[in-house]
Amino acid sequence: MDGFAQEATGAGGDGFGTLEDGFITLDGLEKVFQVRRRAGLLRRERHEVRAVDGISFQVARGEMVGYIGPNGAGKSTTIKMLTGILTPSGGSLRVAGIDPSRERTRLAHRIGVVFGQRTTLWWDLPLRDSYRLMHRMYRIPDGRYRENLDRCVELLDLGELLEVPVRQLSLGQRMRGDIAAALLHDPEVLYLDEPTIGLDVISKAKVRQFLKELNVERGTTVLLTTHDLTDIEQLCRRVMVIDHGRLMYDGSLAGLHEVGESERMLVVDLERELPPIELKSDGSGPGLRAVKVEGPRQWLAFPASASAAPLVARIAAQYPLMDLSVREPDIEAVIARMYRAAP
Amino acid sequence: MRLYAVVAAGGFRRYATYRTATAAGVFTNTVFGFILAYTYIALWDARPQLGGYDMSQALAYVWIGQGLLAACAMMGGGFEDELMERIRTGDIAVDLYRPVDLQLWWLAGDLGRAAFQLLGRGVVPMLAGALAFDIALPGSAWIWPAFLLSVLLGIVVSFAVRFLVALSAFWLLDGAGATQMAWLLGLFFSGMLLPLPLFPGLLGEVARVLPWSSLLQIPADVFLGKYTGWELMEAYAFQGAWAVALLLAGRLLQSVATRRVVVQGG
Repeated sequence: MDGFAQEATGAGGDGFGTLEDGFITLDGLEKVFQVRRRAGLLRRERHEVRAVDGISFQVARGEMVGYIGPNGAGKSTTIKMLTGILTPSGGSLRVAGIDPSRERTRLAHRIGVVFGQRTTLWWDLPLRDSYRLMHRMYRIPDGRYRENLDRCVELLDLGELLEVPVRQLSLGQRMRGDIAAALLHDPEVLYLDEPTIGLDVISKAKVRQFLKELNVERGTTVLLTTHDLTDIEQLCRRVMVIDHGRLMYDGSLAGLHEVGESERMLVVDLERELPPIELKSDGSGPGLRAVKVEGPRQWLAFPASASAAPLVARIAAQYPLMDLSVREPDIEAVIARMYRAAP
Repeated sequence: MRLYAVVAAGGFRRYATYRTATAAGVFTNTVFGFILAYTYIALWDARPQLGGYDMSQALAYVWIGQGLLAACAMMGGGFEDELMERIRTGDIAVDLYRPVDLQLWWLAGDLGRAAFQLLGRGVVPMLAGALAFDIALPGSAWIWPAFLLSVLLGIVVSFAVRFLVALSAFWLLDGAGATQMAWLLGLFFSGMLLPLPLFPGLLGEVARVLPWSSLLQIPADVFLGKYTGWELMEAYAFQGAWAVALLLAGRLLQSVATRRVVVQGG
């Protein structure tokens, strides 16, 4: 066992050796937790929770992949195994040729992690102090450190925040600060666990724009867990869906909508109360049906892969349209439909 | 090594940012020192040479105690609350994936804290005591560095004890009980209330060999010139041995705790 691990890490030591097989490789990965539950006054029942139940996938260097699923699906457990802070119960795992749980410290120099709900920054001190700490912690050469810091400060708009104690930063500012902290040592892989959670629209856009540039310019491999499908839409060509510890889907986002038969919702306000709108699909576009009517307001569902524009045009031509908005499907709904669609 | 220097500097600066808290602490230490000093005066009036200390030595003991109270965290108040909170909330996961040693990391931070509190909360009460009372001061200059070395060892012992207490949160989740227990033991067995030689019989002997005597009793005796030559080396050896033993125990507990987290999940 030992010999095998040595050999494997030796071969992929520089990260290029395993390019063809994937930069991140999971093979039948499992994580089983033993949970003890009180079953009486003194008696305790042991039972197993299979948080990750046989997941296999590969991510190539420079890919940007969305990793989504409902709460408790096993996303964070997977990420923790990828960073080495959890040991798998079964299966195998390689990140840049390294077995994470065996060589956590060596791997730490090559990965960056951002947990949206936790912070690595020093709470009481200015942002700059935390960065100085990263400088020493990852033994970043001085020139490189300055260059990376300048770049992050510029792109993440941190200039005025460097001297501000972290506890005084807003959530969005803190998140940008945390992302910069994870990138100062030029990680080849970046894990982002809910990086946009709780952020306002402008902060979300800033974070996404930055990640996009990072991926393009540096070729950083990014694995992103999120509840926000817009994150995925704007960043990832590939998305993986996990539920109950199993990989349910691996492919493009458009494909996911098809598989999940997901629907977008057009919410229209008409001039007056009218019978439910129904459009048949024809040559000019897909159909649409009312799923809810509340006075002059109607909720109209149409396939997520279809364009909303021709539908709006047709409605506007036939009905007294006052106002409208389009609602994106959420991940839970897509996954729920995926289950129903599964044979 | 430079990393831990930055961590220590950070620990120093973190505590330095809270100026009002520091001022309030200095005030409390000084008031508390006056109360204890008058109590000791009453005690030593009735029983001169109690425990082998004369009046001016007893008063010096009071003010050394006030000066070291915050630095040696005899009543808690160091990193341990933060570490326990990180364990409870699971933020400890963030600490674990970083390429640093958990124990050294917190030790460095705590040394920074202690350095600040020695200056920020130690010097003023000592001066106040020296001005208001006739206290025994070292007869020769070399006692000062000897005293500081003993204080440093005391701080490391204090850290090692509190590290063990904090790690108990991995099993207890709520470490409040363990903290209070440690606080009580520390207050009593460090000699904060009364110098340990005053305790009679077995209790006194036990108290003197427990690690907490490194926090105040031994540094104070070094300050008062109770140790000379070889005895001083023995005192250092006693402190050093406890520091090493407790740090090793902390390492052991840390690796058990880490394995538990790594296998069982946060």
